[in-house]
Amino acid sequence: MNARIVSMNRLLDRPLSMPGRLLLLVGVVLLVVGATLPLWRISLVAPQYEEGLTLDMYTYRIAAGNNGQDLAEINTLNHYIGMKPIAEADFLEMKVLPFAIGVFALFGLRAVVVGRVMSLVDLGVSFLYFGAFSLGSFAYRLYSYGHQLSPHAPMKITPFMPVVIGSQQIANFVQTSLPLAGTFCMGAFLVLVCAALWHSVRGAGREVA
Amino acid sequence: MSTRHHLVAGSALALALAATAGCNPPGSSKATQGDASVASQSYVAPGAKDEYYLFYSGGHSGQVYVAGLPSMRHISTIPVFAPYPATGYGFDEESKAMMGRFTWGDVHHPGLSQTGGKYDGRWLFVNDNANNRIARVDLRDFKTRQILGPIPNSSGNHGSSFVTENSEYVLVATRFSVPLPKGRYADPANYQTEFNGMVSGIRVDPKTGEMSVGWQVLTPPFNWDLGSTGKGPSSGWAFWTSYNSEMAHETLEATSTQGERDYAAIVNWRAAEQAVKDGKATMMDGVPVIDPAKVPGVLYFLAVPKSPHGIDTDPSGRWIAASGKLQPVTSVFDFEKIQKAIASKTFEGEVRGIPVIKHDAVIEGEVPVGLGPLHTQYDGKGNAYTSLYVESAVAKWSLPPWNDAQKKDLNSIVLDKIPVQFNIGHLVIGGSDTKEPYGKYLVAMNKLSKGRHVSVGPSQPESSQLIDISGKKMQMLYEAYTEPEPHFAQILKADAIAPIEVYPKAENTNPNAVWDASQAGITRSGNKVEVKMVAIRSRFIPDKIEVKAGDEVTIHVTNVEQTTDMIHGLGIIEHDMNVVIDPGETKTAKFVAGKPGVYAFYCTNFCSALHQEMQGYLAVKP
Ligand SMILES: [Cu+2]
Repeated sequence: MNARIVSMNRLLDRPLSMPGRLLLLVGVVLLVVGATLPLWRISLVAPQYEEGLTLDMYTYRIAAGNNGQDLAEINTLNHYIGMKPIAEADFLEMKVLPFAIGVFALFGLRAVVVGRVMSLVDLGVSFLYFGAFSLGSFAYRLYSYGHQLSPHAPMKITPFMPVVIGSQQIANFVQTSLPLAGTFCMGAFLVLVCAALWHSVRGAGREVA
Repeated sequence: MSTRHHLVAGSALALALAATAGCNPPGSSKATQGDASVASQSYVAPGAKDEYYLFYSGGHSGQVYVAGLPSMRHISTIPVFAPYPATGYGFDEESKAMMGRFTWGDVHHPGLSQTGGKYDGRWLFVNDNANNRIARVDLRDFKTRQILGPIPNSSGNHGSSFVTENSEYVLVATRFSVPLPKGRYADPANYQTEFNGMVSGIRVDPKTGEMSVGWQVLTPPFNWDLGSTGKGPSSGWAFWTSYNSEMAHETLEATSTQGERDYAAIVNWRAAEQAVKDGKATMMDGVPVIDPAKVPGVLYFLAVPKSPHGIDTDPSGRWIAASGKLQPVTSVFDFEKIQKAIASKTFEGEVRGIPVIKHDAVIEGEVPVGLGPLHTQYDGKGNAYTSLYVESAVAKWSLPPWNDAQKKDLNSIVLDKIPVQFNIGHLVIGGSDTKEPYGKYLVAMNKLSKGRHVSVGPSQPESSQLIDISGKKMQMLYEAYTEPEPHFAQILKADAIAPIEVYPKAENTNPNAVWDASQAGITRSGNKVEVKMVAIRSRFIPDKIEVKAGDEVTIHVTNVEQTTDMIHGLGIIEHDMNVVIDPGETKTAKFVAGKPGVYAFYCTNFCSALHQEMQGYLAVKP
């Protein structure tokens, strides 16, 4: 039992393997790149909006289609059902996310240089939590927009949950929500953290054996 | 002369046939019926787009109509010289100011702007025959942006809008000679001594398109008719036909049709421009006017078949076809010979100091196209197409150079003829007036449509017919009915322009624009009430305007939408006011509050599910 803990501790204390460090470095680069790319796209298509209205969510901003005009259009339409205007300022995440990613990148870089298996596990687990929290918060925001409908709205509709991944019909619109390149980069970061971990641990395992 | 006999014989024959025929006279066969098998050639499925724009004049309706080719579908109306409640034109202050004191115009000949002898898709110029004006439509937003006129010293702006190769000028010639300067009285009995015609060069600012009167050339009191500008070898020149070179002043039908020939004007507009620069003009009503008798080289005359109508330069710029509506031939002149004749002074006399170019020295041939030839268009493949008014047909013939056998019998160069329904005036081929026509379709603009459609009572529409000219034989594809009265048209490739669909907020420089409910409001000074209003789906802000009877009310309304097709209108009950505002546009409505009472205002342009609720009140206190 003790031996196991000791061996585990020894494992966690091990410095990262060189290939592991390289994988992690690539992961950090992808993380930083991902922070500049759109994470998620919400699009709305209706007969009179064949070309679709789109909102691209970045870590730090919302980019609407048609040179930003689509946001105004979506808000104009939403006022009929009493949905409050979607505003960048409401997304507190957008103030926090770039900072958080910066911290992850720094910790990632530190692990590349002086990393031990331990710090990599910390990094991966906390990023996993962070990712889950972000996604949850995004879903909660969508939920709030779909549920906090003004009772004075011209058009009464049943409060609804906008779909987070996939498509659904809302009145005359088909709403689609899908992850974009930024999310894939974040995912790749996590995969590379795991790969770096696996590489470093596999090497250690061989040594132990 | 034999040509006259042709016409008389033709009419006599027609009368004879009509007289002898029973219920089904010869000539009224199914030949005038189309063939459904060609329907697919003009069919543009719902949602599919046309290949070309057709801009056709609306005659005395004062408007320009936009149709698609080949579908011939009417797509849009561009109001120019007459109010058009559908777009609020003529109700807001800006368009009212542009229209001046007139509520109609007589639009005849639209002309697209050109660069290097080809359409550049920037502007469409149209003339007003009635009130001596010329307008510019911006093809960026399909809106009338300027109306110039009444042009000084010009009366009956018919002989325009002929655009020079690089849109340096839109050239104009007057149809009705009057005593000049305008406003001066003279007895029409003294027509020959007191009246004058005029050719005008309307200068176009190359950047903004802003028009101004550049110069004018005084002419004898002929009635100038149609014209065209030169290109290639005839670059810098322009041509007009005239009728009434007899200079008669009453019963023109008889008095002006006695001579066998009338005169065409051969105008060197570059020389006119230079003469003005050289100080050889005298000012008349604020415009430098050249007396061509004193400034040689600006104006020449050329005898053309009697009572001519069209005079059209071909895409090469060398051949000029002039048609005399009372003679069954189209005369083809060679501009190279014209230049030689001018250089060697090969003249056959002069009229009021203007040399008359010797006709026989410059004519290439008289093509026996048929009865009542009016206008000629070109397909860019060496073929010419002439409208035949009396015969109700289009004749296709070969441009020179002709070989000896062809020259001997010019009947042999008339390749094809197609009947039209009925009495064709102008015809158009895309880019016929440029160096590169799109010789695919021809549109015949017919003066009559009798019996071609379900009856609509005595006020009958005009008919426009689409003819495929891509093959050896012309083929009738389709016919459509148009607002009165298309004279001429221009055809533009659909992809030659990319019109905007909303006015970008950033470009709205109107000082009275408001973009947010918080900026909207009402201010009063004395009896003047000024409202800054926002229109957005589905509200006006403010939606209550309180004034006193007799107040002068100004409403600046901004449509803050930035979405394609999201148009709002502001109609005020019993105030003769309907302003229609495109997305991103600000318009100003001005009126005097009338009788006390409460008057609703509402959105006139259907905008949303709650469009009906988009309304407010103008409360007028006693
Ligand atoms: Cu509206």
